[in-house]
Amino acid sequence: MSQEKQNRFIPYLREDRLPHIFCPGCGNGAIINAFLAAMQKAQMDFDNIAMVSGIGCSSRIPGYLKCDSLHTTHGRALSFATGLKTANKDLDVVVFTGDGDAASIGGNHLIHAARRNINLTVICINNNIYGMTGGQISPTSPKGSFGSTAPYGNQDTPFKLAELVAAAGASYSARWTTVQIENLVTSIKDGLKNPGFSFIEVATQCPTYFGRKNKLRTPTAMAAVMKANTVFKSAADRMKPKDLEGKIVVGEFANHTRDEFTENIDKISVEKSGKKTLINSAYESEL
Amino acid sequence: MSEEFFIQGNEACAKGAITAGCRFFAGYPITPSTEVAETLARDLPKVGGSFVQMEDEIGSAGAIIGGSWGGAKSMTATSGPGISLMQENIGYAFMTETPIVIVDVQRGSPSTAQPTMAAQGDMMQARWGSHGDYEPIALSPSSVQEFFDFTIRAFNLSEEYRVPVFVMADEVIGHMREKIVVSDDIEIVARKRPESSDNYLPFENIENGTTPMPAFGDGFNIHVTGLTHDERGYPDTNDPETHDKLIQRICDKILNNKDKICSVQSKNCEDADVVIVSYGAPVRSVVEAVNKTDKKVGYIKIDTPWPFPDEQIKQLCKNASDVLVVEMNLGQMYYEVERVLKDSNVHLLGKIGGLLPTPDEILDEIDKIGGN
Repeated sequence: MSQEKQNRFIPYLREDRLPHIFCPGCGNGAIINAFLAAMQKAQMDFDNIAMVSGIGCSSRIPGYLKCDSLHTTHGRALSFATGLKTANKDLDVVVFTGDGDAASIGGNHLIHAARRNINLTVICINNNIYGMTGGQISPTSPKGSFGSTAPYGNQDTPFKLAELVAAAGASYSARWTTVQIENLVTSIKDGLKNPGFSFIEVATQCPTYFGRKNKLRTPTAMAAVMKANTVFKSAADRMKPKDLEGKIVVGEFANHTRDEFTENIDKISVEKSGKKTLINSAYESEL
Repeated sequence: MSEEFFIQGNEACAKGAITAGCRFFAGYPITPSTEVAETLARDLPKVGGSFVQMEDEIGSAGAIIGGSWGGAKSMTATSGPGISLMQENIGYAFMTETPIVIVDVQRGSPSTAQPTMAAQGDMMQARWGSHGDYEPIALSPSSVQEFFDFTIRAFNLSEEYRVPVFVMADEVIGHMREKIVVSDDIEIVARKRPESSDNYLPFENIENGTTPMPAFGDGFNIHVTGLTHDERGYPDTNDPETHDKLIQRICDKILNNKDKICSVQSKNCEDADVVIVSYGAPVRSVVEAVNKTDKKVGYIKIDTPWPFPDEQIKQLCKNASDVLVVEMNLGQMYYEVERVLKDSNVHLLGKIGGLLPTPDEILDEIDKIGGN
């Protein structure tokens, strides 16, 4: 018997929480894998990472990773993350969220966190549907797609999240899919290293709900459609809007440097008190 | 040596927060609380603290919970419409046992109603505003000095019991100016860090109910969730026993310490025919009314509306034939007094509209009751 080969990322998992709750064929596993690979490539100290999430399938990811993790209320992860990062500017704060969490109920926090360019890395897992509540349409559901609250087809125009966040002021914004894992890893790595608001949207498959309601019952069928519909941004920039209907444009939508929120707070602190903002001051009886 | 200041109530609150060790504030502008935020925006950077103006009150409540887990004593300040928006995240703070301080400078309500007028309409929001069972602590200041003192006590209690604490002020106390005395000998409760991560359980069912809490980044790698969780913090949402134990402990850690938390002040209650019960700004008129009358009237000033001081009220009202509750709403704490004093005649002077009840209005009410 050959010894079973252990996945190199097992040490980062809370093994005592397994098995996980994700459905067979869900993209979350591949995205966790991509995140941990990117984290290693970026040479991050895993022990210095704190994770924050909201509500939904994607927001369950931090609960399976062996780091400090704050599983918060629906849509509000970015506000909790803003407080956490501001209170301790030395932490590397990563947010896992989804299309419903970040773009519907949490839309306001999303654009304002991007506007502040606060140093957070946000991984937004976009499956175009509400998975945890059973397949309702989301703000990114394609026009005409079916969900349990759109039995006659979705009539609303979806948000383009990576573009929206870039327009709101994020210094890094990108979109990839679960069929371009290598690009995704590179993008998450770049996001982790970017000293500002980094938003990585990952288009993913939800065979259980989106697939079942839209005649794409298997993860492979969904992956094939996703791959066929992918257009790189460089090509998309030369295409007409009409030809881009139904396509998933992948690539970077923002990648530049600008002043960062918590550094600005530290600057004012240094100017007014002669020192950077205090860390872990709650534990001191005299300040 | 103590120092004296002549300042506004909202400024005294901000000063109290900094004295208590608050180093993170997140808030959203709202009348009549805004000077708390403005003062802290100016003063927190001078002491190595951070101020964030959030996009809304929901975000403010989220940010201070994040700030607290980030290792900073954290606070927000708002008024009725804002406290309504914050309720879901306040419930999250109760469930995750996160120490935060929420200042509510109450104004005429419901809805936007009377932004620049005083009221006490949010008392039940402080008690029951979020969904589910929990036991809040709330303090009600009646002077600028108390707004300073109670803000400090709010931080101390929130750290001691790992619980959100409300400071339920109102427009009168927030905007009036008075002298305050700041002693150089103020007790500050520092957060307790667990000694070691070996066998550490962040939500342990221990005897007194409150476990020490590490900051994120301390190396404890803890999971914090608003879902029903076991002692490790791991979600366990379908076991009735896990939920029952958790919620019972969260409630009991406050209820079992009521003798240490509850505070009232009283005068002339022992031989009074009528005892007036009040809290917050109206107490100022109550004190004057009692001083003015020749009748046998005493008063109880409730410092801590929540948890409600059942025992103190019972004890101090035991000889009174009538009890009059004075508050600036149409009856909120009145029903608590009625609950505690089942066999007494409990009356209400509930005044809305934004102006304090006057001493004469209170004495007229005593005449109607027929106090001797």
